[in-house]
Amino acid sequence: MPISKDDILKIAALAKLELNPEELESLHHDLTKIISYIDQIRQVDTSGIVPQSQFIKAENVFRDDIVKPSLTKEQALSNAPDKDDDYFRVPRVL
Amino acid sequence: MDNPGRFEAVIGLEVHAQLATASKIFCGCRVEFGAPPNSLTCPVCQGLPGALPVLNKRAVEFAVRLVLATGGTVNQRSVFARKNYFYPDLPKGYQISQYEAPLGIGGRLKIPSTSEDVNKVVRLKRVHLEEDAGKSLHPETGEYQTRIDLNRCGTPLIEIVTEPEIRTPREAYEYLVMLKQILQYLEICTGDMEKGHLRCDANISVKPADSSEFGTRTELKNLNSFRWVERALAYEIDRQTQTIVAGRKVEQMTLLWNEKKQIAEPMRSKEESHDYRYFPEPDLVNLVIDDVWLAKLKSNLPELPEQKAARFVKQFQIPEYDAGVLTSSRGLADYYETVMRNYTDGKTASNWVMTEIMRVLNEEKSDIESFRLKPEATAELLNLIKDGTVSGKIAKEIFAEMLATGKSASEILSAKGLTQISDSTLINEIIERVLTQDRENLKKYLSGKTQIFGHFVGAVMKETKGKANPALVNKLLKEKLDALAR
Repeated sequence: MPISKDDILKIAALAKLELNPEELESLHHDLTKIISYIDQIRQVDTSGIVPQSQFIKAENVFRDDIVKPSLTKEQALSNAPDKDDDYFRVPRVL
Repeated sequence: MDNPGRFEAVIGLEVHAQLATASKIFCGCRVEFGAPPNSLTCPVCQGLPGALPVLNKRAVEFAVRLVLATGGTVNQRSVFARKNYFYPDLPKGYQISQYEAPLGIGGRLKIPSTSEDVNKVVRLKRVHLEEDAGKSLHPETGEYQTRIDLNRCGTPLIEIVTEPEIRTPREAYEYLVMLKQILQYLEICTGDMEKGHLRCDANISVKPADSSEFGTRTELKNLNSFRWVERALAYEIDRQTQTIVAGRKVEQMTLLWNEKKQIAEPMRSKEESHDYRYFPEPDLVNLVIDDVWLAKLKSNLPELPEQKAARFVKQFQIPEYDAGVLTSSRGLADYYETVMRNYTDGKTASNWVMTEIMRVLNEEKSDIESFRLKPEATAELLNLIKDGTVSGKIAKEIFAEMLATGKSASEILSAKGLTQISDSTLINEIIERVLTQDRENLKKYLSGKTQIFGHFVGAVMKETKGKANPALVNKLLKEKLDALAR
């Protein structure tokens, strides 16, 4: 199942990415290769095999409902490219 | 179409209820409303690279409680999924939710009788677990940046989706009331809408009453109270009906309710993106609820409203109507039950709660949880009436004073000298005095003019400044006069 340039533009738009024509070309090339590899996998006969969503044998890994210390506000904001005293700041959304 | 004027609405509700856990769903950060911004985050809920989520067991148990209490089927193997969308208050770029294998399927909620349907049942489609996103503070005009608080990220939610079978705005309102009631009874959600602990979106379409085909639906958001839900739905039914009657087509879109203007406004299209590209969450293992765990959760279910009402009728000898009112909220039921732990007459207590206390709650627009008179204080007052210390009328005055000052009934009583006189020796002395001072009327009475009995009662009450127990005055006066007449 080939991937079209429109598909790529749509995914880019959902991720709020702008692509210039060269980037689009190069992504199209790479993604086409990836998808064709997936197509190759799809040729394996999987009839009679229950679909799996998880390959780790473990199930039910839980934590108890116990409060643990959080990061301080200063730590929480320390990697932010833009912030004020209390908040992360991002370009205006609305 | 014979009668193109008759349209019928098809409504489905999606409610997000915040689970009342201490910590978040996938990390140990505390869940707290109103904490200083960005003070309750960690690498997991901030979505920092390499951090891995671990599921909060209590969140699972809370969600299962609702599924069981509504008679739904618990999916004994359920799977988490990533719902992908890009927004600044969702730092991971996806919300961990459930998609193909939600925790609960089906279930039903009975809602009180509306126009024609007596005890209509609203069926549930699904109940699933998910995490909340952070909060965006959008700028006032003039500012160019949005501020982000990530405290709410990772707060545990359950999403409860109904089948599209609600027919009127009123039914939607009733459904929400009943859902909130059961969430509170199960002690899994506070139901506090002001804090966003309960949030509702609605899907709505209209169709000719005689058609079985659904019309194009729109989605309503920003429904911050049950009343807003009701009003927004009424508005949208009207708008869609008029659109169709005018020969135009209803467009599929998302609308935001504007309570100030009383209209629903279309969301700008760039805020919408419905292509979530769900896929199974690789960072979480499957959730398996085996028979043993399920049986344990089932046996630990708390008493539900209907069961509690039936017990109240039996245990406290009150009418079904009273029991229904008292169990309408968990808080009210608990209040009444605590009063009854310190008092014996069920009906007097239910009257007092339903009239005096609920009147004050209505006037103050507050709820029983924040009511300042503890049930023990109310019981003390009721006991003062019961043992004849105060009359019903004076009790109401004391009640008002208790509300105003926060003092106990007995404190107010002794401070004001309001105690009702129930001491027969004292009352007999006063009767003696009244009769001696009014020989003329006594003579008339003894000669057969017994209709002036009330005159003596009045005189005794006046002597005691209204504090004598009237029933006792009547009884003692009658005895005295009968003795004199012999």
